[in-house]
Amino acid sequence: MRPTQRLRAALFTAAALAAALMSPVLSPAMAAEQIRIGELNSYKAQAAFLDPYRKGMELALKEINAAGGVIGRPLELVSRDDGGNPGDAVRVATELLTRDKVDLLTGTFLSHVGLAVADLAKRRKVFFLAAEPLSDKLTWADGNRYTFRLRPSTYMQVAMLMPEAVKANRKRWAIVYPNYEYGQSAAETFKRLLKAAQPDVEFVAEQATPLGKIDAGPVAQAIADAKPDAVFNVLFAADLARFVREANTRRALDGTFVVSLLSGEPEYLDPLKEEAPIGWVVTGYPWYAITIPAHQKFLDAYRAAYDDYPRLGSIVGYATIKSLAAGIAKAGSTDTEKLVDAFEGLEVDGPFGPFVYRASDHQATMGAFVGTLAVKHGRGIMLDPVYIDGASVLPSDAEALKLRPAAN
Amino acid sequence: MSFEALLFQAVNGFASASGLFLVAAGLSIIFGVTRIVNMAHGSFYMLGLYLAVTLAPLLGETFGGALGFWGGILGAALVTAALGALVEVVLLRRIYAAPELYQLLATFALLLIINDATLYFWGPEDILGPQAPGLSGSVEFLGRRLPEYDIFLALMGPIVLIVLHITLTRTRFGRLIRAATQDRDMVAALGINEALLFTAVFALGTGIAGFGGALQMAREPANLALDLSVLGDAFVVVVVGGMGSIRGAYLAALLVAEVKALCTALGLVEVGGFTFNMSRLTLVAEFLVMAVVLVLRPHGLFGRPQPAQARRGEAEAPLVPLGRTGRLIALAVLVCFAGIPLLGAVASYAPVLALDMVIAALFAASLHLLMGPGGLASFGHAAYFGLGAYGTAYAATVLGLPTPLAFAVGMATAAAGAVLFGWFCVRLEGVYFAMLTLAFAQIVWSIAHQWEEVTGGSNGLFGVWPDPPFDSANGLYLAALGVTVLGLALIRRLVFAPFGLALRAARDSRLRAEASGIAVEKVRWLAFAIAGTLCGAAGGLFAFAKGSISPEAISVGRSIDGLVMVLLGGVHSLMGPLLGAGGLTLLQDMVMRESPYWRGLLGLIILLIVLIFPSGLAAGLPRKRGAP
Repeated sequence: MRPTQRLRAALFTAAALAAALMSPVLSPAMAAEQIRIGELNSYKAQAAFLDPYRKGMELALKEINAAGGVIGRPLELVSRDDGGNPGDAVRVATELLTRDKVDLLTGTFLSHVGLAVADLAKRRKVFFLAAEPLSDKLTWADGNRYTFRLRPSTYMQVAMLMPEAVKANRKRWAIVYPNYEYGQSAAETFKRLLKAAQPDVEFVAEQATPLGKIDAGPVAQAIADAKPDAVFNVLFAADLARFVREANTRRALDGTFVVSLLSGEPEYLDPLKEEAPIGWVVTGYPWYAITIPAHQKFLDAYRAAYDDYPRLGSIVGYATIKSLAAGIAKAGSTDTEKLVDAFEGLEVDGPFGPFVYRASDHQATMGAFVGTLAVKHGRGIMLDPVYIDGASVLPSDAEALKLRPAAN
Repeated sequence: MSFEALLFQAVNGFASASGLFLVAAGLSIIFGVTRIVNMAHGSFYMLGLYLAVTLAPLLGETFGGALGFWGGILGAALVTAALGALVEVVLLRRIYAAPELYQLLATFALLLIINDATLYFWGPEDILGPQAPGLSGSVEFLGRRLPEYDIFLALMGPIVLIVLHITLTRTRFGRLIRAATQDRDMVAALGINEALLFTAVFALGTGIAGFGGALQMAREPANLALDLSVLGDAFVVVVVGGMGSIRGAYLAALLVAEVKALCTALGLVEVGGFTFNMSRLTLVAEFLVMAVVLVLRPHGLFGRPQPAQARRGEAEAPLVPLGRTGRLIALAVLVCFAGIPLLGAVASYAPVLALDMVIAALFAASLHLLMGPGGLASFGHAAYFGLGAYGTAYAATVLGLPTPLAFAVGMATAAAGAVLFGWFCVRLEGVYFAMLTLAFAQIVWSIAHQWEEVTGGSNGLFGVWPDPPFDSANGLYLAALGVTVLGLALIRRLVFAPFGLALRAARDSRLRAEASGIAVEKVRWLAFAIAGTLCGAAGGLFAFAKGSISPEAISVGRSIDGLVMVLLGGVHSLMGPLLGAGGLTLLQDMVMRESPYWRGLLGLIILLIVLIFPSGLAAGLPRKRGAP
């Protein structure tokens, strides 16, 4: 390349650079009185869960703003895709804070993304409400002052299934889980809790399958070969569908008692249609069978707004915004420290009734439903769902405090 | 574990092998003839499955379940073949003249576009298709139940293999394909309509992929993650079998499937008091197989050395050192970048974004040292990025070392990895080199993913924040800029030093270089080590910039990002990777904000760039005037 050509190329680059880097300067001035909620999530990577989530958020936002907002100010949602990985998420979160001047952060779905943003929140002393990530570390081992979490954690979901697992009184258990932190910690918690409740239990097989790439035939067969009389399943989404179909065809789980995490959530249950595995005891969200008045109100409003039934994502999105509104109202301001103090012990009226953000470990006590899968009109449903309050399965405040780092 | 159980699992493996083989066969044929590394191959597989689950119920309504199911599969295969032909005619045909690997950029853009298009048309929820009518049951075998559909699938692989084999050996079309695989230019010189042949081959390859996807209808739901997850497997199978060998592909598919089935069957294994869960190995089984095969047999099981590649584009001009004007401009750009923190509060996001750009620039430039002057396209460069990042993060958090020292540990980790893996990789060339680097990257990834105690498992390590004075956005940015400039200066110095000349000579003609007394493998090994070390520096900066590090930093996605940056910028200029890295980072930051369909948008923009500047931005902007 000749110098003059290089010059032209460089000038072009410089101009493009300048344009890009100056754009923050040109971004419109913010309306002073709005409360800006910075939200980031893996919309592209986890579309099935997050599309209903977005709708839930927007519904709550509309309701709150129609009622005059919070502390006299309307809420504004600044929503971004976090790219589905921690590197991009940290950049997007920083952008929300510096360029968009949001008052607080919320969102995230994947555990490692949630943990990375939580660490950023701690470092920059920004309030962060993690909406979806399930990792126990978020509120325990890696918990910090500025991070709260709404959804019941992996530990809580496992603990909710524990009474049914113990009641079944089976001796030989097999476990199948996706091979990453969520699956590993669910399997570990399950083994620990069951062993404590039923010391003579034996774990005869453990299958750790690559996420999204389960080789379902061999896995189902390996489990059947171990001749378990009960199975604990942590698979979800496409892996679950593959596994269920293979297990059905091979009659691999005939006569076996199965407890399964999250499988009752419409996001994962509905694609199975009439092949939903009958008799599995699952955690989930049976929107069609909930008698809680607050939920009925939510259900009617959601259906009126979107002409569709809610998924669990809708509940999480809705409850996230409601939580933030309640917290800001209690704090009387959007100041981070005041907001953190307000969230500790904050009571929120959610779609499953009232719940609390615990002061000890910053975990919300919003619960989930446990029921038995059945098939009705060609689709899977949860029979006799029971709402399990999150508070009833969490360790005591004193124990939870011991699980968190000392400085917080 | 009884013998019968193992035998039964081995039978299971045959069904999985057929699935793998069908994706890989098409890829192999396409690569053999057109030399296109088709990144969108998994997308056609995914499309095949989506089309099948849509067509089967539709056809089923009018023709009955059985005809609907099989008709759906056939229809899906035909539609994907037609789509493949369309893509070849409209898009790929325009860029055959571009330097090798540039088609990769176009097909990568296609991958992004097809995924978003699928999301748009079919929605985000998984769609589980119907089971095969008449084959939905199972038969008793070895005291266990073997699904009838698995038997059907297990037979389908060999049937397609035989049909393909006969087509390739007994028909005129097949002879043309084999001839074109060996020497494209000769085929063209003999008056064969090359354009038509290429279209037919691409349609055939994508059609087989679509067929393979459609056949999975009875086994798995259509979902949006299939394209990428299948792509990796397809590459592995093709390479393990030997490029262009269909038999090899089948054998490789069988090998991979059986190894996985074995790992699954063994389950918990106790060795010397330690319990190890073999099923965890299924995470990387295929890449372990590939690494072993390529180390032992550099051209795969049935592959032959690749025929010498007649260059299609014009011969590459030697690199020219910066002139006086060039130096002044480089200095001006550097001053602009260094001045970004002065913008202060008005553009407080600028250093954050610029930091990502600077890190990407170092990452891309280090890859370019291998790809450009070295002529060795690494598909697993993220391994050294990740090693650098993890080394830094571990030293900074667990060992509590000060920032500069932790950074040095990161670079050392990456250097060690590059020296080790490089020793194996530089023995190979072309696609085999690329795939061995990919295999090592996947192995590193899986270790980071599984070694909970040291790497934090799938969540990674947190709290990797730098000490003062690097703890502010500006401080870290300036430090990163300094490191990157040093790295770039080193690369530039090396490329124009005798070492660089030797590297380029080895690229242009290995034979002549060796005859001139250049120890080609040693030179390449050194280049590999330097590139890996500098890449590790980029990784270390990344860890400090993000405050955390997770296995995603080593994923295939990041390796591909690196390739895209280098190719987008232009492989023939030292400035190319910088343009590409800056451009892609900026572009992604912008489109992510603009549209929910940002991946598709990004794909479209990349496609546009490829069409306008078929050799990358740096080569495209200023037109060549006369010989340099």
